[in-house]
Amino acid sequence: MKILRISVLTAVATAGMALVGSAHAGTTFDAVKKKGFVQCGVSTGLPGFSATDDKGAWKGIDVDACRAVAAALFGDANKVKYTPLNAKERFTALQSGEVDMLPRNTTWTYTRDTSLGLNFAGVNYYDGQGFMVTKKLGVKSAKELSGAQVCIQAGTTTELNLADYFRANKMEYKAITYDSSDETVKAFESGRCDMLTSDQSQLYALRIKLADPSSAIVLPEIISKEPLGPVVRQGDDEWFNLVRWSLFAQLNAEEAGITMKNVDEMMKSADPNVRRILGVEGVKGEFLGVDDKWAYNIIKQVGNYGEMFERNVGQGSALKISRGQNALWNKGGIQYAPPIR
Amino acid sequence: MSHNFVPLPDQPPPTASVGAIGWLRRNLFSSIGNTLLTLLSIYVLAVSLPPVINWAFIDADWVGVSRDACTSGGACWVFVSARFETFMYGFFPAEETWRINLIYGSLFLCMAPLFFDKFPYKVQLGAFVIFVFPIFGFILMFGGVFGLTPVETSQWGGMTLTLLLASVGCVAALPLGILLALGRQATNMPAVKSMCVLFIEFWRGVPLITVLFMSSVMLPLFLPEGVSFDKLLRALIGITLFQSAYMAEVVRGGLQAIPKGQYEAADALGLSYWKKMGLIVLPQAMKIVIPGIVNTFIALFKDTTLVIIVGLLEILGMVQNALNDPNWLGYSTEGYVFTAFMFWIFCFSMSRYSQALERKLHTGHKR
Repeated sequence: MKILRISVLTAVATAGMALVGSAHAGTTFDAVKKKGFVQCGVSTGLPGFSATDDKGAWKGIDVDACRAVAAALFGDANKVKYTPLNAKERFTALQSGEVDMLPRNTTWTYTRDTSLGLNFAGVNYYDGQGFMVTKKLGVKSAKELSGAQVCIQAGTTTELNLADYFRANKMEYKAITYDSSDETVKAFESGRCDMLTSDQSQLYALRIKLADPSSAIVLPEIISKEPLGPVVRQGDDEWFNLVRWSLFAQLNAEEAGITMKNVDEMMKSADPNVRRILGVEGVKGEFLGVDDKWAYNIIKQVGNYGEMFERNVGQGSALKISRGQNALWNKGGIQYAPPIR
Repeated sequence: MSHNFVPLPDQPPPTASVGAIGWLRRNLFSSIGNTLLTLLSIYVLAVSLPPVINWAFIDADWVGVSRDACTSGGACWVFVSARFETFMYGFFPAEETWRINLIYGSLFLCMAPLFFDKFPYKVQLGAFVIFVFPIFGFILMFGGVFGLTPVETSQWGGMTLTLLLASVGCVAALPLGILLALGRQATNMPAVKSMCVLFIEFWRGVPLITVLFMSSVMLPLFLPEGVSFDKLLRALIGITLFQSAYMAEVVRGGLQAIPKGQYEAADALGLSYWKKMGLIVLPQAMKIVIPGIVNTFIALFKDTTLVIIVGLLEILGMVQNALNDPNWLGYSTEGYVFTAFMFWIFCFSMSRYSQALERKLHTGHKR
């Protein structure tokens, strides 16, 4: 995935310059409102982030980012159309207006944020490169892995991060590179390598592909920062605000204990914080240009952040990823949203 | 007294030279080298086949709705059956898939008579299939008129998209390719000729993946804000242009195989250029290049999988997408075997049809 992330920069950055900053102001918000649906650019398939179910409906944490925006804007989370995008074409699709927002497990980096005419509206998943080892090794930390054979999926950043980490810790390793994730898993399974490295969210997906998933564990170390979030075009702050606060509303709801199930009862709550989030009193939706019940609609139809996480990648899914860095700031993680007031 | 001569009945041939034993001796054990190769082949098959059959059939799981049904350790065909609809129809709304089935059904009805030599209205029916049927099919797929719900091209996918890309590519590229080939042969029209050469050499000089990538990634950047071509249309145009260049070269090979005398004879009869080509040269040339044309078609059929690079999910794309569903992680072998099987069915049928066509048309050059 990452080799694509890099190569697209060179391809798109040059060509994209001409378009950057042209007449976008306020246009996306109005255009989306007028056409009545959100055009959402998602990955062509990534476990837990965007994939189709047996009926062909898109599911995943990235998909839910678009559904939340649709719920806030139209009061209906289903008013979304999906464009499956390749890593290479994703930024062009956003720049050229083919899609309105791009929650496509895209890492927020300096270059992307500043040179492509795009804005990152937030972080819906804190990812990072990690390690998976077989239980048999009895290893508890990556620091004990000196001299290990490492399976890597071809991709420059992954390899670079690995090299950096091992050098910084003065350890030896031997890298064995494969093209596809299936090959990598097969090699790991057959014992060609002692450990496998990739983005942590992907490690859990790779683990399921093993004949016996419980034979491998994902180590706690994370050796790179990969904040993933929805991207919008630069120049339409109204639209940017809406995408950003749709995510913040979900985070605030989790913090205040508002869930899909209890949101109707919570409307009658006496807690002023809850009442403000749900638009019962205080700040109104008009600042965002949407209905006062915008946050209510998001929570009712998509759920709060925790519910969204558990359903798509957490305990409610086959991936069983623990919250880790994605827990709320007051629960040991780093997910933090400004207050709604 | 005449004595009728009754010959003795023929002796039966030696048992070793007829029947199954004779066939085996002739074909599999005719010499020492042959025998060794036969034994080696039997050994390879005996070693490799049982595990494959075990995996694919005996140990396989066939019924169920989720991965919980796959317990026996063999292939999990449940994955394919649970996903079959999305593999076939892509994102087409489930309540509208009858439209796709109707297209398949009516296409089959239209095509079937074409395979019978006795059918009298072949030309008319063929013209109908090529010129009128696509409109009918497009209306059914796209909807929006006659009370049909509109279905955007972004929702087209799976096998339907594969067949659409391949058939449009074939049907549109063949006439274009013939024109390009004729243009390239036209020595008395240097402008036309050089344009055709330029076109052919340009499109043959770039890989299809580049064409698709350019049409999807670069083209939108040059278009004014808000103007965007349909993604599928872009891919279709790209594939057609690309394919027509190859087709042109195949047809040119046929044109060169026709003896000069045929051209001169047509000229001597006073036929115009188009009559000469249409009545004398092309019918012979096209007959010769059937294998080449079908080869190109089969290559195109398999090349359609490249559209995944522009985010169009044809059958392989849908399978790969399904492989990323957290509920079905780890069944990639089944998915790819299924896809390969589907491709094999279509490519093999095309190949058989072309062979039948060759046999039917070989009137003069049988070898």
